[in-house]
Amino acid sequence: MIKVENLSKSFGPKLAVDGVSFTVERGEVLGFLGPNGAGKSTTMRMITGFIPPSDGRITVGGFDMVANPIPAKRLIGYLPENAPSYADMTVEGFLSFAAELRGMRGDARKKAVSRAIEMCFLESVIYQSVDTLSKGYRHRTCFAQSIIHDPDVLILDEPTDGLDPNQKHEVRSLIRRMGARKAIIFSTHILEEVDAACTRAIIIDRGRIVANGTPEELRHKSEQSGAVLLCVSGQPSGAVSERLNHLSSARRTTIVKEENGKVWARVYSKSKNTDGELARNVMQAAQGWSVEELHTEEGRLDDVFRSITLSETAKEVSK
Amino acid sequence: MSFCCSCSSCCSCGNIKTIAKRELGGYFASPVAYVFIVIFLLLTGFFTFMAGGFFERSQASLESFFTWHAWLYLFLVPAVGMRLWAEERRVGTLELLLTMPITTLEAIVGKFLASWAFLAIALFLTFPVVITVNWLGSPDNGVILSAYIGSLMMAGAYLAITSMTSAMTRNQVVSFIISVVLCLFLILCGFPPVTNLLSRLDSPRLVEAVAALSVLTHFDGFAKGVLDSRDIIYFLSIIGFSLFTTGVIIRSHRAG
Repeated sequence: MIKVENLSKSFGPKLAVDGVSFTVERGEVLGFLGPNGAGKSTTMRMITGFIPPSDGRITVGGFDMVANPIPAKRLIGYLPENAPSYADMTVEGFLSFAAELRGMRGDARKKAVSRAIEMCFLESVIYQSVDTLSKGYRHRTCFAQSIIHDPDVLILDEPTDGLDPNQKHEVRSLIRRMGARKAIIFSTHILEEVDAACTRAIIIDRGRIVANGTPEELRHKSEQSGAVLLCVSGQPSGAVSERLNHLSSARRTTIVKEENGKVWARVYSKSKNTDGELARNVMQAAQGWSVEELHTEEGRLDDVFRSITLSETAKEVSK
Repeated sequence: MSFCCSCSSCCSCGNIKTIAKRELGGYFASPVAYVFIVIFLLLTGFFTFMAGGFFERSQASLESFFTWHAWLYLFLVPAVGMRLWAEERRVGTLELLLTMPITTLEAIVGKFLASWAFLAIALFLTFPVVITVNWLGSPDNGVILSAYIGSLMMAGAYLAITSMTSAMTRNQVVSFIISVVLCLFLILCGFPPVTNLLSRLDSPRLVEAVAALSVLTHFDGFAKGVLDSRDIIYFLSIIGFSLFTTGVIIRSHRAG
C-alpha cells in the first residue's frame, strides 16, 4: 500500500531525512521509532503529502504523492503530531467537516461521524466545543477525524502522546484491531507500544533507517537476548561468578545484585541461538547451590534502541 | 455557486463550499464577528453623520457614507483577514487541512470567500442608512447600489492582500501591520495630497500612472454610479494576484 523509495528531505543545509526506503502492506502495522528530531515526523509529513520530498518517491495505493496527490490523499487518514483541531468547533461539527472534505454527504456523513464517535469513545462530548475538552479528548477527536472515512492507510504521529494509561491501552488495541485490514504507520517513543501493536518496527536515527524488523528480531539484537539469569542463596558472589565464567557456552558473567544473602548473576551466551544449551549448562554448574530463580532472558527493546541510536551518535562524534 | 455545482467540477466547488462554511461558522462562533460588526457600524455611522456632515450637505446622496470606506477598511479588513492562515499555521490545523484530498487553491478560495461573505454581511447591515436617505429625500438608488458593489470589491481587494500577508507569518499582529501598510500604499497613491505633490514634478503621465494604482481612483467610478469594466478588472486582478501569491507562499513554506 505504501511504498517509500530513497526519500530525502533537506531544510536548508540540514538533511532531516536521508535516503529512507521501506514498504508497508495491508495487514501490517509499522512502528516508527527514533529519538526526538530523528526525522520521524518529517517522513510522515512527506508520506501524507503535507511537505514535498527533496528527493525520492512516495506511492500510496499505486498513486504517486507528488504527481497525483488527490487520489493518494483520499486513501490516507492522518493524525498529525499534537493532534490539531479547530478550537471553535464542536466535536460533531469538526468531524462532519472532515467527513465532508472526504467527500461524504447526507446520510453517509452522519453514519461516518457516529461510527467514528463510537470508535473513539467521544459520545459524552459530542456537542462540546473542542477548546473546552481535556487533552485526551482533544487527541481522540483528532484521531476520530483520521479514521472517519475508514481509510486503507493510516498514518499516526504519536497517537498515544498525552493520554492516560487506560486511553493508551484503548488506542493501542484499536490500532491492532484496525491493523488487520489496513496499512498503518505510527510513530512513538514508547517501546512497549511496539510490542503491543506492531507487526514490524523501524528505528530511524538522524534521518536514516538503522534497524528494520519484527519486534522479535529487534529484541534479538539486544546483548541480553538469550542470557540466563540465575539467583542463588547462601553463596558468595565471587564463587558464583567464578564457576559460571568457566562454562564453555558462556561469554561472560556479571553479578547483577546481591541482597539478603542472595546473589543474582547474569550469564551472557556466546552464540545467538537459544536452544537452551546455556540454561542447561548453568543448571549443571549450579549443582549443590540452592537455586532461587533461573530463566532465559528475551532481550529488551529499549536496550536495542539505546545501543543502536547511542552507538550511532558515538560514531558520528568520533568522526 | 449553484451554477458551478451543476458542472463537472462539482467536487472542487463542494470542497470550496465546505471550507467556506466552516470558516464563516468560525467567525460567528467567536466574539470577533460581533465585535467587528458593531465597531464597523458605529464607525460608519460616526463618519457619515458627524465627520462626513451628512445633514449639512442637505443632499439626498450617500457620498459622505462611501468616501470613508477606503479608510475604514484600511484597519478593519486586515483585522478580519489576519487570522486566515496565521492561525491555521500557529495551531497546526494547516497540516490537517492540506493533507485532506483538496487542492491548496480550493482551500485558499474557500477561506477567502468566507471572509468576503462576512464583510458583505457587515456591509449589508448598513442598510438603515439607505432607508434614512430614501426617507429624507429621493436619492439615485442606482448610484447607491453601484457604490455598494464598489465598496465590496474594495473590501475584497484588501482582504486578498491580507490573506497573502497572513500566509507569510504565524503571527497575526505582523500580518495585520504588513497588510495595513500595503493597503495604505494602495490608498495613498491616489490620495489628493499625494497626487498634488507628484503633479509638481510636471509630469501628468506619472501622476496618472501612479493614481491608476490607487483604490481611491477606481472606487471613484463606482461611487459616481459608473460600472466601468476597467475598475472591475482592477479590483479582480488585485484579488487574483494576491490569492495566487498566497498559494505560492504556502507552497514555499511547505517546501521548507
